Amino acid sequence: MATTQAPTPPAVSQTDSTSLLPGKLVRARPLFDPEIVRRALRDSFIKLNPITLVKNPVMFVVEVGAALTTIFLIRDVSIGSGARLFETQISIWLWFTVLFANFAEAMAEARGKAQADTLRKTKTDSMGRRLCNNGKVEIVPASKLRSGDVVMCETGDLIPGDGEVVEGIATVDESVITGESAPVIRESGGDRSAVTGGTKVLSDHVKVRITSNPGETFLDKMIALVEGAERQKTPNEIALNILIAGLTLIFLLAVATLHPFAVYAVSSVGAGKAPTIAVLVSLLVCLIPTTIGGLLSAIGIAGMDRVMQHNVLAMSGRAVEASGDVNTLLLDKTGTITLGNRQAVEFIAFEGVTAAELADAAQLSSLADETPEGRSIVVLAKEKHGLRGREISDHEAHFIPFSAYTRMSGVDIDGRMLRKGASGAIATFVKELGGELPGNFEEISDRISRGGGTPLAVADGPRALGIVHLKDIVKGGMKERIGQLRAMGIRSVMITGDNPLTAAAIAAEAGVDDFLAQATPADKLTYIKRQQAEGRLVAMTGDGTNDAPALAQADVGLAMNTGTTAAKEAGNMVDLDSNPTKLIEVVAIGKQLLITRGALTTFSIANDVAKYFAIIPAMFMATYPVLGRFNIMGLHTPQSAVLAAVIFNALIIIALVPLALRGVKYRPAGAASLLRRNVLIYGIGGIIVPFPGIWLLDQLLVLLHLA
Amino acid sequence: MTQNGWLQIAVFFLIVLALTKPMGSFMARLFEGGRTFLHPVLRRLETLTYKVVGVNESTEQRWTQYAASLLAFSIFSFLFVYALQRLQGVLPLNPQGLNSGNVSPDLAFNTAISFVTNTNWQSYSGESTLSYLTQMAALTVQNFMSGAAGIAVAIAVSRGFARQKVNGLGNFWVDLTRATIYILLPLSILAALFLSAQGVIQNFHPYTVVKTVEGAKQVIAQGPVASQEAIKMLGTNGGGFFGANSAHPFENPTPLANLLQMVLIFIIPAGLTYTFGLMVGDRRQGWTLFGACAVMFLAGVLVCYWAEQKGNPTLDRLGIASRASATQAGGNMEGKETRFGIAASALFATVTTDASCGAVNGAHDSLTPLGGLVPLFNIQTGEVIFGGVGAGLYGILLYAVVAVFIAGLMVGRTPEYVGKKIEQKEVKMAMLALVATAFSILLLAGLSSVAHFDGPTKDAKGQPVAHSYWNPPGAATANLNNAGPHGFSEILYAYTSATGNNGSAFGGINTNTPWYNLTLGVAMLAGRFLFLIPLLAAAGSLAMKKKVPSTSGTLPTHGPLFATLLIGTVILVGALTFFPALALGPIVEHYLMAGGKLFAFAPLPLGS
Repeated sequence: MATTQAPTPPAVSQTDSTSLLPGKLVRARPLFDPEIVRRALRDSFIKLNPITLVKNPVMFVVEVGAALTTIFLIRDVSIGSGARLFETQISIWLWFTVLFANFAEAMAEARGKAQADTLRKTKTDSMGRRLCNNGKVEIVPASKLRSGDVVMCETGDLIPGDGEVVEGIATVDESVITGESAPVIRESGGDRSAVTGGTKVLSDHVKVRITSNPGETFLDKMIALVEGAERQKTPNEIALNILIAGLTLIFLLAVATLHPFAVYAVSSVGAGKAPTIAVLVSLLVCLIPTTIGGLLSAIGIAGMDRVMQHNVLAMSGRAVEASGDVNTLLLDKTGTITLGNRQAVEFIAFEGVTAAELADAAQLSSLADETPEGRSIVVLAKEKHGLRGREISDHEAHFIPFSAYTRMSGVDIDGRMLRKGASGAIATFVKELGGELPGNFEEISDRISRGGGTPLAVADGPRALGIVHLKDIVKGGMKERIGQLRAMGIRSVMITGDNPLTAAAIAAEAGVDDFLAQATPADKLTYIKRQQAEGRLVAMTGDGTNDAPALAQADVGLAMNTGTTAAKEAGNMVDLDSNPTKLIEVVAIGKQLLITRGALTTFSIANDVAKYFAIIPAMFMATYPVLGRFNIMGLHTPQSAVLAAVIFNALIIIALVPLALRGVKYRPAGAASLLRRNVLIYGIGGIIVPFPGIWLLDQLLVLLHLA
Repeated sequence: MTQNGWLQIAVFFLIVLALTKPMGSFMARLFEGGRTFLHPVLRRLETLTYKVVGVNESTEQRWTQYAASLLAFSIFSFLFVYALQRLQGVLPLNPQGLNSGNVSPDLAFNTAISFVTNTNWQSYSGESTLSYLTQMAALTVQNFMSGAAGIAVAIAVSRGFARQKVNGLGNFWVDLTRATIYILLPLSILAALFLSAQGVIQNFHPYTVVKTVEGAKQVIAQGPVASQEAIKMLGTNGGGFFGANSAHPFENPTPLANLLQMVLIFIIPAGLTYTFGLMVGDRRQGWTLFGACAVMFLAGVLVCYWAEQKGNPTLDRLGIASRASATQAGGNMEGKETRFGIAASALFATVTTDASCGAVNGAHDSLTPLGGLVPLFNIQTGEVIFGGVGAGLYGILLYAVVAVFIAGLMVGRTPEYVGKKIEQKEVKMAMLALVATAFSILLLAGLSSVAHFDGPTKDAKGQPVAHSYWNPPGAATANLNNAGPHGFSEILYAYTSATGNNGSAFGGINTNTPWYNLTLGVAMLAGRFLFLIPLLAAAGSLAMKKKVPSTSGTLPTHGPLFATLLIGTVILVGALTFFPALALGPIVEHYLMAGGKLFAFAPLPLGS
């Protein structure tokens, strides 16, 4: 009777960072999904409400300006004076400016809402079997369950709420949350005890203690997050808002005082007229940073959205922003830097043993070993020595499972006792059977250890055959990514339970900047605190309960969805794919978010130069015709010039919506080169672009007889 | 533009460059509590001062305490200067018998604020208004004190960047005392001696009455000029002993004296950039600030010198030779002293407005439109091109904060400057300072452009009324001597100069009326305290922050790239704020002049 048992719990839904994600909670939608655009269009008008708009000082000023010009237009129409065609167009375009900005924000929000709707559909009101104090089971709706209740979940049941497995083990389908179809194991105790409401038990049964009240479950939080209901402005966003509000105030002053200055000029020269309200408001709206003012909140929402598209749930915008600032990245060795499992890379036979003999014995002893290590031995024997996996059921074979006590596994077959295991354990095994160890046994084991590998000794009864070199395989492309991090100014630190020798070897191979060997959770916490004391921001990933303090301490704590509730609550982000490498992407998204803000602010301010050239000569054409020298674009008339500037100002908001939602292009690079590039594109570009833009609009306006 | 002219500018700049490091290291040492070579002589005076005033040298002040001390000191100084002016008639050292009738309450208010805020705007002419005692005990003392206060604030702000996780920004009283005793006093004594040697007068004589060659009677003013002259330049005060300021031969007799005066203006502000670098532990940061200032300074001189040398095309058209030649300086010599010529005058005008000095060696009103645009724009950008003593450094740091905030975002991090994160509080305070400055200049200039004062223009006897309470009845612009854009420049310059705490006058406008005295007084207060207090607040918040170690992901705030960004920010913020106003003033005047249109000038005393 052959039994098979794995020495470790089965690997659960492991995703290689390099492979594409199998499924996604939040599917990337086309940027202008018709459904979303419809919703955003409607919301753009709702957002005209001045009570809500006042939170955005820039757009509020535009709205007040639009209202003002409209009132003056109505007056002029009723008394039949003024340049009505001009004023009408100005009013319309000013309203459009507000609407376009609203649309940008509404687009970003609508994308979130659409995702929330998808999530809400998965939230069915299930029933739960609650265990009463008297031991009886009663069936109650999930909405009646309170934190602390214990429920029974059997095969086919939907788990009624977030909780922790207190008894039993079960496979659970969590595709609702993770989008991943492969079931995962949930068992009591340890780091795999957390279950999420709405997920389905596929086999076995478990007792679950509910840990959240209705409305506060993970799913509820996710819905609230993606909907933006809990959206609060992040610190940097607030600071930027202050900057653009301050600029708005300055421009308000510059334009408001232009009136008395003009009155003086007109009376002193005795020609022309002081500019009208429509023209003054136009200048004001053109000058205040409407581009960034209109797109700022959209950029923030879209940043959260991008994080979500990577299947990461950020608990706050602040966390996303902080990830752009991270200086130090703590990366767990296993699963992040290396593939989760060690693999056999070499058979080293002792004297008097052929490599083929060793490979044969190692393969036989591993045939029933379902661990990745075991499987890799079978594969290596096949590749190196052409040994195929054999059908052994016709032999008298008895498999010895791995146990933590013996620290070896193997097979008794045809009277042979084949064993493989830790070198110490095999040494004892051989000696107990009266065998002798070859002289270089220790030496080879040490050499492999020093190189970052694990020696796995193989014995046939009292005869030591050789050593299989198991090696941690650094993930493909890891070294390049670490290099990119370094270019971004981020130190990466490898955390491992290995001894310092092994750790140093792998650290060198992966190219990380530092490592923490034989790390206990307390060591991690101390390390983080020390880094923070030096002014660094630290990001880390974790899944175990013992990771929780460090996750809470870190500035960015990315918890794995497979981890415990404690870990998920301590971190400020949860990766639904439980792929620790994703920390690197999150950092990039955080940076991209900040860059997008900076770039559009620069662009917005740089645009003002051209607008002055368009409007100032137009304003004083009659008083000071010589100022026409500033009309370097050769705009046709004062009216067409002002209109063209206003229209350009409005259209640029819409034109930049995709950029705000997608974020500017980000390539990992040092600060100096990023700055040079972005100043060139958004600063210098921002100065240049409006000139042809305004010129073109002026041509069109004249062509269409609109001015 | 002549070779000689270029040489003068180059020599000046090289002297400043050479003095920056020694001055900067001396100040860094002094304010970080180290011993300097002057300690054996002056330490006793310092400790004695603390004993008399009752200051504990080692007490640290939070930013609020620091600002409160500064305000208390300024209020006290204001009251003292005000009282001394009004009471000068009964006080000694008054050979001319000047009394309170020469100083109206609004003028005394304006002058007191002016000297307390390091502005030295003068709505009066010293020789006909103030006694020797007032000049010395009130004005010269304030020249020291307001300058020292500016240095103190700059040091406190630098500490905000240099220190970490502390509340204290230093002690205002200690910084004030050290700046006075170790920096201003010794340097001004040296400079005063040098200036006397060049011919600047220093006496208490009554004014001399002489008979001119033509037989006319002329009164020649006298007084203790050299002592005030040195600190006037060194403390970037700019308030002349005489109305003619440094154009007066008794204040500024020779080209060499002129060169020294300009060097005195820049020596402390330029040195402070180096001090900042030393204090934050990275000298490159200081040199970057210096570099940005140097580029803007040279660009300003270039434009001003070019415009002045080019002169007025109308003269060319009239066939009047205005090219530089062996026999004449050429260019626009109106309002300039022949002993200085075009280059030294343009250089002086630029330097005095780069810094918040405001001393003049010629009439700014007579500069060509573009030549006049340079000083005007220099002040409007906040006088950060080296700037006033102390005020220049904290001013350029404000722009650095703004530049870092916008540019820093573009590298994908929360912006940092010299290791300090620039967040909400710092941005808020920087914007507050910028808005306050713009508010003061634009709003008050706007009001004066259209203000109209009611009242009878003729009194009961049919005589024209010279003075209703606020201003002569009619438009406030009636105080102008020129029409059109040039008149507008005069108003704009007055409020710009007051807000910028510069104090130089464009002239051509009678500001000694209650309306102008009071509004200009308000502008000076806003420009000084609404700029400086927000910066102290920001420094207080910065001092509490941890220093973030610099990595390759950090925006480098040293080197040409950042200097360029800084220059761009200064110019862009200034230009965007003031372009409409400038377009209606010097810019349009320039084009009109090119077309041959001039705006008549009715002569007024210089420096009015």
